[in-house]
Amino acid sequence: MTTSNRGFLETLWDFFCSLKLAISLLILLAATSIIGTIIPQGTPPPEYLQTISAGKYKFYQALGFFDMYHSWWFILLLYLFTVNIVACSIKRLPRVWKAISEPTLVMDDKFEKTLSLTHDFRMDGDAAALRDKMVAFLKGAFAEPVVTERDGEFHLFAQKSPYSRLGVYVVHLSIIVIFIGALIGSFFGYKAYVEIAEGTSTSVVHNRADMKPIDLGFTVRCDKFTVSFYDTGAPKEFKSLLTVIDGGKVVFDKRPVIVNDPLTYKGITFYQASYRPAEDAGLYHFTVRERKGGAPVKISIQQGERKLLSDGSTMQVLESSQEVSKFIPQFQGPAARIEVTPKGGGAPQVFIVFQNYPEFDAQRGGDLIFSYDGSEEKMFTGLQVAKDPGVWVVWAGCFLMVAGCCMAFFMSHRRVWIRVRKGEVTLGGSANKNQPGFQLAFDALVDKLKQQ
Amino acid sequence: MTSSMLFNIATFSYLVSMLAFFTFLAVKSKHVGLAGSLAAYFGFIVHSAAILLRWKESYDIGMGHAPLSNLYESVVFFAWTIILIFGIIDLKYKYRVVGAFVVPFALLGMAWAQLGMDSGIQPLVPALQSNWLLYHVITCFLGYAAFAVACGISIMYLIKAGKDESVGSAQSGGIIAMFPSIKILDDLNYKAIIIGFPLLTLGIITGAAWANYAWGTYWSWDPKETWSLIVWFIYAAFLHARFTRGWVGKKAAILSIVGFAATIFCYLGVNLFLSGLHSYGGGG
Ligand code: HEM
Repeated sequence: MTTSNRGFLETLWDFFCSLKLAISLLILLAATSIIGTIIPQGTPPPEYLQTISAGKYKFYQALGFFDMYHSWWFILLLYLFTVNIVACSIKRLPRVWKAISEPTLVMDDKFEKTLSLTHDFRMDGDAAALRDKMVAFLKGAFAEPVVTERDGEFHLFAQKSPYSRLGVYVVHLSIIVIFIGALIGSFFGYKAYVEIAEGTSTSVVHNRADMKPIDLGFTVRCDKFTVSFYDTGAPKEFKSLLTVIDGGKVVFDKRPVIVNDPLTYKGITFYQASYRPAEDAGLYHFTVRERKGGAPVKISIQQGERKLLSDGSTMQVLESSQEVSKFIPQFQGPAARIEVTPKGGGAPQVFIVFQNYPEFDAQRGGDLIFSYDGSEEKMFTGLQVAKDPGVWVVWAGCFLMVAGCCMAFFMSHRRVWIRVRKGEVTLGGSANKNQPGFQLAFDALVDKLKQQ
Repeated sequence: MTSSMLFNIATFSYLVSMLAFFTFLAVKSKHVGLAGSLAAYFGFIVHSAAILLRWKESYDIGMGHAPLSNLYESVVFFAWTIILIFGIIDLKYKYRVVGAFVVPFALLGMAWAQLGMDSGIQPLVPALQSNWLLYHVITCFLGYAAFAVACGISIMYLIKAGKDESVGSAQSGGIIAMFPSIKILDDLNYKAIIIGFPLLTLGIITGAAWANYAWGTYWSWDPKETWSLIVWFIYAAFLHARFTRGWVGKKAAILSIVGFAATIFCYLGVNLFLSGLHSYGGGG
């Protein structure tokens, strides 16, 4: 390797290890992330596109602003960031590990000068006796010490929470773990969507990203969907009753799925997301009696269906409404417009029947008198379907992050040295964090030793 | 006694507390400073009682849920967390003047909520019917409050540092002399942020966990999520700035203020100016 080559590699390494790069990247990530919160992401609505010029549109498109969190430059920033964390940690970790695993056991005069907290005592007794006394003292008041003998002096060293020094690296590692979890999810998972009409089932859902069908490998049936409302009109609950059938066996039977309470089977989770009425799948109920007498007959009829009546005529529902006053202000409640075709053809009659006015149709004068008993409107339930095998890795990363933060912020590596010479005992201490807090503890230690 | 009356008493206590702290700056009497703290603590107790009472009231009218469900309730809770974090720092470090720069944030929130917002208890829409709401909102707001305290301290830092520069570090008279030294302010700023950062981290994580539980995605780059991440990036930059020469002191104080501005935008601005999943907090 030539020297200039080496110089270049070293410069590159230093660049990736530098904290300045880390701060710059953090600020850059924060600043650029704003773009995607202002420009609509995904497929922007046409109204939005009309508000920007063609030139701007091209510019946004070229820079990936309509999907900026997946654009090449944002991903590149994230990769740089990852390399930065890894490089920085590789560079520093060995030193930190050394500080933990090979602590300075001996406080000589030179080392003593580097400590900000020291205290000298004059004490009677020979070194060995003092040593035993100090060992007992440290053990009781701080932590079990290690004793080293050198040149007739005894050096005691005791420490607390040395591993807290690793907290920072646990946090940094957690970021990598979270990224790995996210990658696993994006490679091996999917987000899909499915609409199921009440009473029907499906085993295929559609990927949201590319609309491609995905075979679930089992069947989901929607038995029922209901919405309830508060008195204020605000929605209270959206609920689907789902049945899961796998290989002919019912695994879940009419399990309620509501917002904030999904159903999971074989790593695939179904979330209540939306609903809509199925316009063409309603079931209507009527009571029909003959004017000349006889028992009333109840009939149920589907939208688009033509039904044969007792006198040989046929009927069909043309349209319906849950609230007819929107169209006919004099009447309230549900109503249906029906068409009755006489036996053997002939001009069909079209008229309206009202649920709240069962006797109304008698005035029409027809041979059959209809009254409307309401409809069962069928609903489609809209379910979000997700599979994400990486999610537990992400949660593990999150746990590491919080634990690492607590280690980094609220714990400190505290060390105490005692040097025993004849007639003289020197106490030294240091903490890698929260010096003022440690100073109080150190002073307390000194006081305690004075009283002995 | 209704919760609304108690909230008014708390608001008034914070007003008294703020005025006492301002007076304290001017007259430097220890008793006045103590009065400021006591008024804030009294307000805090009444405030806590009011939140609990409102919680109970929501059950009495058959809508039982924790009072964290709309803009009014969140602002009230935010003010409560600010005083809580202030109290911790006040009791632990005993720099009374900090109150003059922190209590106003809480007062502002309470005054806005009490005077400018509909305080009716509303039923909980399906999207919010989850215990995660509690964990998420509490952690987020405790984090926000710590950042509010850090912001107040940073403002003091900049005032003090500016004064020291113009007068010469030896003696800066008047009100500024009451401020702790810039070294202490810098340290307090850091202390507030190391309380806030893990809480915000927890807030983001509980939000992600909730989103995953309710919708099947822990992260969807929704504007509110993204802004919380922006805030998190800024404070991460702050934490690292301390280890880099040229980024300590003034720059760190400015980062802390920018961080709080972003926090407020994340909390309020996103709902007012941007659209997204967190309709919560919107119109109130
Ligand atoms: C969002 C990403 C990051 C987070 C959440 C994070 C978190 C942290 C935390 C919590 C600390 C402890 C700070 C303190 O004790 O005040 C820290 C320290 C540190 N971080 Fe990061 N960090 C991130 C990215 C990075 C990157 C990209 C680098 C690359 C150079 C880096 C390098 C360092 C260094 C050198 C320290 C100081 C370690 C020491 O105590 O000597 N961090 N980080």
